[in-house]
This record gives sequence, structure tokens and C-alpha cells, in this order.
Amino acid sequence: MALITMREAISQALWEEMERDPKVFILGEEVGVWGGTYAVTKGFYDHFGPDRVKDTPISEAAIVGAAIGSAMTGLRPVAELMTINFAFVAMDHIVNEAAKLHYMFGGQFKLPLVIRTVGGGGRQLGATHSQVPDAIFAHFPGLKVVAPGTPADAKGLLKEAIRSDDPILFIEEATLYQVRGEVPDGDFTMPIGKSTIARAGKDATIVTYSKEVDNSMKAAEKLAQEGIEVEIVDLRSLRPLDMEPVIESFKKTNRAVIVEEGWMSYGVGSEVASRIYETAFDYVDAPVKRVAQKEVPLPYNRTLEQMALPQVEDIVNAVREVL
Amino acid sequence: MEKKELLGLYHQMVLIRRVEESAAELYQQGKIGGFLHLYIGQEAVSTGLIAARKPQDRVITAYRDHGVAINCGIPARQVVAELLGKSTGISKGKGGSMHMADVNRNFWGGHAIVGAHLPLAAGLALGDQYQKTDGVTICMFGDGASNIGFFHEALNLSKVWKLPVLWVCENNQYGMGTAIDRASAVSEIVQKACGYGMKADQENGMDVIAVHEKAHEMIERIRGGEGPMFLEYMTYRFRGHSMGDPERYRKSDEVKRWEKDDPIGIFNDHLVRNKISSEAGLNKIELEVEAEVADAVRFAEESPEPAAEELFTDIYAQGG
Repeated sequence: MALITMREAISQALWEEMERDPKVFILGEEVGVWGGTYAVTKGFYDHFGPDRVKDTPISEAAIVGAAIGSAMTGLRPVAELMTINFAFVAMDHIVNEAAKLHYMFGGQFKLPLVIRTVGGGGRQLGATHSQVPDAIFAHFPGLKVVAPGTPADAKGLLKEAIRSDDPILFIEEATLYQVRGEVPDGDFTMPIGKSTIARAGKDATIVTYSKEVDNSMKAAEKLAQEGIEVEIVDLRSLRPLDMEPVIESFKKTNRAVIVEEGWMSYGVGSEVASRIYETAFDYVDAPVKRVAQKEVPLPYNRTLEQMALPQVEDIVNAVREVL
Repeated sequence: MEKKELLGLYHQMVLIRRVEESAAELYQQGKIGGFLHLYIGQEAVSTGLIAARKPQDRVITAYRDHGVAINCGIPARQVVAELLGKSTGISKGKGGSMHMADVNRNFWGGHAIVGAHLPLAAGLALGDQYQKTDGVTICMFGDGASNIGFFHEALNLSKVWKLPVLWVCENNQYGMGTAIDRASAVSEIVQKACGYGMKADQENGMDVIAVHEKAHEMIERIRGGEGPMFLEYMTYRFRGHSMGDPERYRKSDEVKRWEKDDPIGIFNDHLVRNKISSEAGLNKIELEVEAEVADAVRFAEESPEPAAEELFTDIYAQGG
């Protein structure tokens, strides 16, 4: 095991997969000469060369479209969208092409495609650069949506995504890049579509993913000081959504809080809560609570921005309410 | 071209015409659902163009794809079966009129979002460039696609990366019901390609031989490493945009004028005038086609519906 940052974990996954398989290549804005806007691909251009680390114009539809086309021919592109906010200008290619081509043509085309992108607020980037629209993408059958919360998961899931024959949107969280965690040594992958217990407990279940795993862990530590032991389920992927560990935990605790960084309406919490009610209604001891971003375009001002984003204290309070 | 090849082109054009006429009838009988966009009038474009490709050359097109599918070698049986949504259709009945493809024949679809397949074509060409093979990607689209951003992003990327792709605009004068001069800043689409610094040319899309010669020249130049090129074929669709088009946007005189340039009629005259075939020889081809289409319709009608389990197959290649 090595203690490394999320950025290093993602970078290692890309590097190792490119070394392993010559069909893996990277394309995106500033991935090459610049070294990646978030420095994830620093050093790649010099090592792998311009044919495998392809700088593109600022042209997201062309980036995703060309990635899809090349994947159809058997290459394994990893397309980088500088932020998930720019995915909207490539929306057609993500939801109308990537998510549908395999099914619509009777299984003839495989799309071994990864679209890496970054979301999240809290960095004073204003409303257009701070969104968490993960649930929108998770709406579409045919696409897989992965969003890791720890360096180990990021590395194992990204390596698995690159080896997969399906189109995968891999959503990173900008404020997690500096977070450190233990990562297994050597070559390893993790299965996509498996939720995991990030913390064991008995009094209430927190269901969350990505950045809010970190916040939920902090909330759990505070609650532990009062003798409240929460169990945390990290979804890790939104589609496929693995509810089994969630339901198992809920049947034990009978209380749940769902935490996400994005907006509450029509969000991940709505989906998970519905499924809890549909499959475990007899186990409900308190209404399921949701913690999410306030329903505003995220403001620039630091204080206002933090007011809009879910805080550790919000999670602590929500758990207290369901107890 | 040799006599045999020329008669082969005639066969293809007549086959497409008859398949489309049968499709119109099947649609009116309620046997084809959804939208149906007929290729009648434009047969010479894909026939001449695709005859100029080598097996390693990829073809991708928009939603008016039945004729392109046939020219790529998909049997009429599988085309008509797909129109009827049958399990024997080329896309197992899940794609329909607008979504036919056959990866084994290097035909990459049938794409129904206007212009969206152009970036995909850039990616197909990238596949050949990356693997250092000598395939050329042939990407067909209508004049209407030249007004959407995807067109410009794809042309730009293809030139920046020097991708082996031939952009082929089938200019049939209308994007649905909107005439080109009401929708495009320039009425000659070829001018837009010039803006991306690539070799671009225009050709009569009603003359299958001219179509073929121009396509052959450009495909081989691209194969030789000259980078992407652009070809605009002037053509016309004799039927509406899709079935149920009231055609309020054009006068019947205009259609009649273009019908004098029927690509099949022009080619028929050419073959007889130059004594490549007799009238009787061409009639024989037409009769063969009648039988081929009748067989295709019978096959499609008798084919089974997709099994209920098919609803949930092929959502993912690896499950989920």
C-alpha cells in the first residue's frame, strides 16, 4: 500500500493502461503540451508522444464524437473534458451516440470509450463552472457513470473502465485531487457497478458518493463522539446503481440520509430514496432525509457559495433528525 | 469502367428505386412505422461514390440511408426486414429506417441527428490513421447538415489532424422543407469547406459516371496522404422529405424539371446510346430487380418479430 493523492492515483491508472495496451490513447484540451489543466497528464506527452496524447481544439463535440468513432474501430480512447460543465456542448454525442449505438444497431458496434471529466463546486468558479450534473447523465441507459470518492477506487475503477467495452463517463471531483489515501501496490482493477461500505455502523445509514464520502466520514466522526455510529455506503457508480449494500444496511439501521453535492430536485437522493421505499418499506422507522446543494446557480462569493453547498454540519443534523 | 461494372451500377440504382417504391407502399399499408425518408432521385450519388471505394474504406451517412446500405452490399432482404422491424433486419429490428449499419461491410450507419455523425467520421478516420492502415472514411450528409456546429467542428479537426476522410455533401436543395437560400449563408456548400483550407470540388450528382470519377480521384488522393477533401454533389429528391410531407415549400414544376434529370433515365440513355447495352438488356436487369425486391418483401413479411428477450439485450457489451 502507498499513500498517494487522488490526482496521482488517476495519473497512475492512465499511465499503466497506456503502457499495457498500445490501443489506449488520450485526447482532449491541453492534455499534451500543457500537461493537463489539473496536471493529471503531466509528463505523458514527452513519454508517449503526440500520437497517443492528442491535444485538441476547444471543440467538445469533436472530442467526444471522434473518441466514439475511434472506439468503434477498436481503439480505446480516453477523452478528457476539461470540466463536466463543458459536457453540455457535447451532450448529443454522449447521450444520443455513445449511449445508444451499441443497442440501436443490434449490438454490432462496441464502444470501449472513457470520458474523463471533472465536476464540483467550492472553488469560486461561478455558476457555469461549478456544477454537479451527474444525475442527468445517469438517466440514460447505455451509458455507465462512475464517480469515485477515494484514490484507491479512482485507480481501480479507471483501470477497469479503460479495459471495459462500454462507454463510461468517469466523473472526478476537483476538490478531491489533493486528498490522500492508501492505494494497493501493483496492477489491480475494481468492478464497475458495485457499491461498498465505506464505514461500518449500526444506528443510521448514509448513502453517498464522490466528494460527499469525505464529508460524510467527517460527519460520522463527529457523531461517533456522541456515541452515534453511522454506516456509510459509497455508491461509486450511479449507473449501474448497486442498491444491495444500501438495502442491506437500511434493513439493519432502519434510517437513512442520502448526501450528494448536486441539486436535490430529481437527483441521486431522489432515486435512492424511492428505491428504499419501494424495496424496504417495512423497515422504515423514519422518513429518509436528503442533503444536497441549495437550489440556486452557484454564486461566486465565497460565503454565499459555501452556504449553498452541503456542509459537514448539514449531514450531522440530518442524521440527528432521522434518529 | 468495364461493361459489367457499368451494368452493375445500373442494377444498383434500379434496385434502390424499387426498394424505395416498395417501402412507400409498405408504409402506406401501415407495415412500416416511424419516419421514412426515401432516396428516390439521389440514387446516382451513393451508387457512383461507393463503387469507387475499396473494401478497407469506411462509409457513414445520415438518416436517408437505405440506398447507401444497399450500395454497401447489405442485401435488400435485410434492409426491408429492418424497415418492418423484424428480427432478420440488419439492426435486428431495433434501429429502423434511419439506423442501418453493417460492420462487416464497413458501413457504419445510418445516423439520425443532423450532422452528429460527422465528428464520428473523424474518429473512424482517426482509427485508420492511428493504426497506420490505408483506409479512407467516406462521410455523407445533406446540405442541411452544413449549418450545424458539428459540421464545422468535424471539418476543422479533420484538417488539423490531416485525417483520411472524404466529406461528401449531397446537396438536394432543401433541409426538410427549408430551401438552401433560406437556411445557408452560402448556397454552394463547397465554399464552407474552402474555409477550412481543404481541397473541395463540386459535381453533378445526377450523373453516376461523373459521380464515380470524381469520387475515385479524391479517394485515391486522400489514400495517398493528401489529407481530408470535400465533395459536393448537386442532386434532388423527387419525393418529400419523409412520408407525409405536404411539400408546400416547392412547386410541382420544379420537381418536374428535375425529374427530367432522373439519374436512372440519364444512365439508361447513356448505356443505350453508347451501345454498352441494348434496351432489352436493361429491361432484363429491371425484371431481375423486380424479382429481387419481391423476394425481399416476402422474406421481410414472413420473418419473425424480435423475441421479447431482445428488449434487454445489447444495452451494454459487458452487462450492467
